[in-house]
Amino acid sequence: MKGRIAGISGTTVRIEGLRGARMYDRVCVGEARLPGEIVRLDGDDVVSQVYEDTTGLGLGEPVFYEGEPLSLRLGPGLLGSIFDGLQRPLSELHKTLGPFLSGEKTTEALRVDKEWVFHSDVKRGDNVKEFDVIGFIDEGHIKHYLSVPEGVNGRVGEIKEGNIALKEPVAFLEDGREIKAFHDWPVRRPRPYVNKLKSSEPLITGQRILDFLFPVSKGGCAILPGGFGTGKTVLEQTIAKYAEADVIVYVGCGERGNEMAEMLEDFCCLSDPRTGRLLLERTILIVNTSNMPVAAREASIYSAITIAEYYRDMGYNVLLLADSISRWAEALREISSSLEEMPGEEGYPTYLGSRLYSFYERAGLVRGFSGKTGSLTVIASVSPPGGDFTEPVTQACLRTAGAFWMLDTDLAHRRYFPAINWTHSFSLYVKDIAEYFRKRVSDEWYSLQGKLMEMLQKEKELKEISEIVGKEALQDSDRFLMEVAEIARTYFLCQNAYTEDAFCPPERACEMLKAIIDFHERGIESIRAGKKFEEIFTKDSISKLRGAIRR
Amino acid sequence: MRLSEHRYRTIETVFGPLLFLEKVKQVRMGERVRILLPDGTERAGQVIEIEKGRVLIEVFGETGGIDRDNTTVVFTDEIAKMPLSPEIMGRVFNGSGKLIDGLPSFTPARRAPINGIPMNPDARERPSDFIETGLSSIDGLNTLVKGQKLPIFSCSGLPSKEIIAHIIRHARTLKEPSGFAVIFAAMGITFHEYSFYMDVLEDIRAERCVIFINRADEPALERLLTPRLALTAAEYLCFELGMDVLVLLTDMTNYCDALREVSTARGELPGRRGYPGYMYSDLASIYERAGKIKGLNGSVTMIPVVTMPEDDITHPIPDLTGYITEGQIVLSRELWRLGVFPPVDVLPSLSRLMNNGIGRDRTREDHRDLANQLYSFYAQGRDVRKLEAIVGIEGLSEKDRRFLKFAEDFEREFVHQGDKGRTVIETLDVGWRLLRRFPKSEFDRIKKETIERYY
Repeated sequence: MKGRIAGISGTTVRIEGLRGARMYDRVCVGEARLPGEIVRLDGDDVVSQVYEDTTGLGLGEPVFYEGEPLSLRLGPGLLGSIFDGLQRPLSELHKTLGPFLSGEKTTEALRVDKEWVFHSDVKRGDNVKEFDVIGFIDEGHIKHYLSVPEGVNGRVGEIKEGNIALKEPVAFLEDGREIKAFHDWPVRRPRPYVNKLKSSEPLITGQRILDFLFPVSKGGCAILPGGFGTGKTVLEQTIAKYAEADVIVYVGCGERGNEMAEMLEDFCCLSDPRTGRLLLERTILIVNTSNMPVAAREASIYSAITIAEYYRDMGYNVLLLADSISRWAEALREISSSLEEMPGEEGYPTYLGSRLYSFYERAGLVRGFSGKTGSLTVIASVSPPGGDFTEPVTQACLRTAGAFWMLDTDLAHRRYFPAINWTHSFSLYVKDIAEYFRKRVSDEWYSLQGKLMEMLQKEKELKEISEIVGKEALQDSDRFLMEVAEIARTYFLCQNAYTEDAFCPPERACEMLKAIIDFHERGIESIRAGKKFEEIFTKDSISKLRGAIRR
Repeated sequence: MRLSEHRYRTIETVFGPLLFLEKVKQVRMGERVRILLPDGTERAGQVIEIEKGRVLIEVFGETGGIDRDNTTVVFTDEIAKMPLSPEIMGRVFNGSGKLIDGLPSFTPARRAPINGIPMNPDARERPSDFIETGLSSIDGLNTLVKGQKLPIFSCSGLPSKEIIAHIIRHARTLKEPSGFAVIFAAMGITFHEYSFYMDVLEDIRAERCVIFINRADEPALERLLTPRLALTAAEYLCFELGMDVLVLLTDMTNYCDALREVSTARGELPGRRGYPGYMYSDLASIYERAGKIKGLNGSVTMIPVVTMPEDDITHPIPDLTGYITEGQIVLSRELWRLGVFPPVDVLPSLSRLMNNGIGRDRTREDHRDLANQLYSFYAQGRDVRKLEAIVGIEGLSEKDRRFLKFAEDFEREFVHQGDKGRTVIETLDVGWRLLRRFPKSEFDRIKKETIERYY
């Protein structure tokens, strides 16, 4: 079907002559064939959202109706790729279009001629139904399981083994239907699963303050709000490097181009401490920098989470990092206002909340139809305007997130990184995963966690007093607590993302904290027994403690 | 391409800077139009919305004198473009891309659309080469690197103009493969500022400067085009002629106010403080044009000036800017009152790309450690200063007093430098001179070998 452009306003294009088109189906707009999505049916016209800049588009230019929704191509070869918000491969476009993103961008998301080694799990004559695993392909460090597409059931007529290219089918059913190594899946449709499970394992991030104080569970959801300069991106990237996940999907949504260049360079030369392979090999990057089209920004997080779900369905622990969800919400606002919808708070559409909830609810530990259990954890940063956490996006996120890691401008100015405010942050997963830590790490994990929190809280109160009366006027035990708390803050909670300390396994973190807490408890006992502050807190004892921490 | 010029006399509505035109057959989004008034004068305009045959046009400048029956609108089939040629060097343009220096015009090699095309993130090179500004507070502690965008957050009445002038006079790159150029774009500046800048630019203008001026009394719509014209010229000099280009944009606050004015006139929904909801994307479409490309010489580096309304760093303009740029240089009213020039408050200032641009072979091996130590001592000094306000100088320990003295010396000797430019090596040496006032044992951020070598 072909229509023509009848009107243009921002990235919204009105089209005549497409009666019969379906909502959310894809269109190619104008001579330049800009990709778009139908967002409204209006009498004889349809209204579409275009994913590129519309400057230069003319009245009456043709519009081509594709007849299917905006989809992603899912199959082997996704790992290590860098895509834009609509899954166009940016490194391929770099080769074909040069350094700038102009001109027609019709490149296949996956290389169909690349050869892979396929190992089959079923044989001729087996009955298979939708989502059943028929075999796997080695994709870097993981087995990339191939499944029967949705809605296909039957008996296997022929199955291949060994080298295959994506363009050829890996199996035929007896009725002649093909099964390919890849399939298309609509961007906005969550992938189905049998049921969600309660998670009792943490996702180890390697950041002491997170793993110890505010852990997130596998399948959980954490948000990371902070003003500019508080280190959101550095923290997200550090987690992307070191988190104990099988697959990382990182979506740079409306952020800086230079940061993405830095990240790419790092990921291309750093290796995963656990597998020894390049970090890039377990990572998929979706990039929509702040100057790339806004409408594609709105789609980018859906592209990212759908790809993440695809790997989750193979039974892997997948981590989705989104930086930043505020830019997505702003894109939503921009689109909503160009559709002339009634605005809600601060101009955001009133469905902002429900869109966000349904996005975050796609995280979880699930049992899939293939019989495998996988998890999808979401960590999203939020950029509140003016660092004001009462704004609608932060508030909407707070209602669904299980862990809240609040970044603090004051800590960042003092160069305390990660600048997570320990009095305002929280995690609802602590109890769920305490048992796991008790088994894997130490019996004392839960009690140490409580003691550290208590110490920090006390220090905060004492600080206010000492600012008035001076440190020297405090009781010896309080003075001692303040000194130890400072050591805990600078050596335990702070972690330099650019040194070997960037990743700290929980066992190690536990030892460190135990040394600090023991030092404190022993000291308090000595004070009770009549010793003076100066006698306990000596250069000697401190350097001994530091030695124990740094070991 | 259309074969003939399309002319219409079908104006239906005029209000504010907007025209509605009926029965238009062929039109493009963003197309430039010429408006011929009955009195023989001409205005420029731009298509901003198309709804069937009804076209919404935004007029540059006033709509006074336009009528419905005798005004003709001519469609040019072109979108806004900037004329480009090596001969733009030394020339002065206005916010419409027209020469205003009274010199003979040149024949452009080509004309490029001013909106720019996003750089493929995969093609970007990580910025890593040092640019010297001649200011210690920037070079020493918040280093600028090629391809970075580093704004100056100023307050009204603070000498941002003098700082820009200083940078224009002293900025240089240490490695210059094929030349260094300064592009100066002024949006909404007063005549007073205009004449100040033209004096500064006079000496260096001919060989390495391109100037874009939109004065306060010129159309707000042209204010929105000015930085885009400047960046199109910058991209040309950089990616086609291989030069390192430093783009100075002053003042982005005027730009954003113009954006608000235009948005309101279009009847768009206002966001925070009346600024449009898309201001983040709009600013990003300017700031993100800084950068370097793998395999190509040249770089576009940007220093925008933002005047914070009411000295408020959380105001939407500095706030959104800070979310896009790679750090910020924050000026302080207190320091300026004390006579410190440049009055840079280094604590909230930050250059995110600094680590990439300093160290051995770039500036000097001790740069990082030295900066950390200065920073640490100064931060402690500032904390003591707060304490002093409560307990008085008598309540301070010997150590605290030393920090207090250091903070003062640091502001007077390191940050303050008056009109004098300093090379980065001079800056580092001033830093060491200050550090020597502490015994070696107090240093906690510098490696032993470095202390031995430079103390």
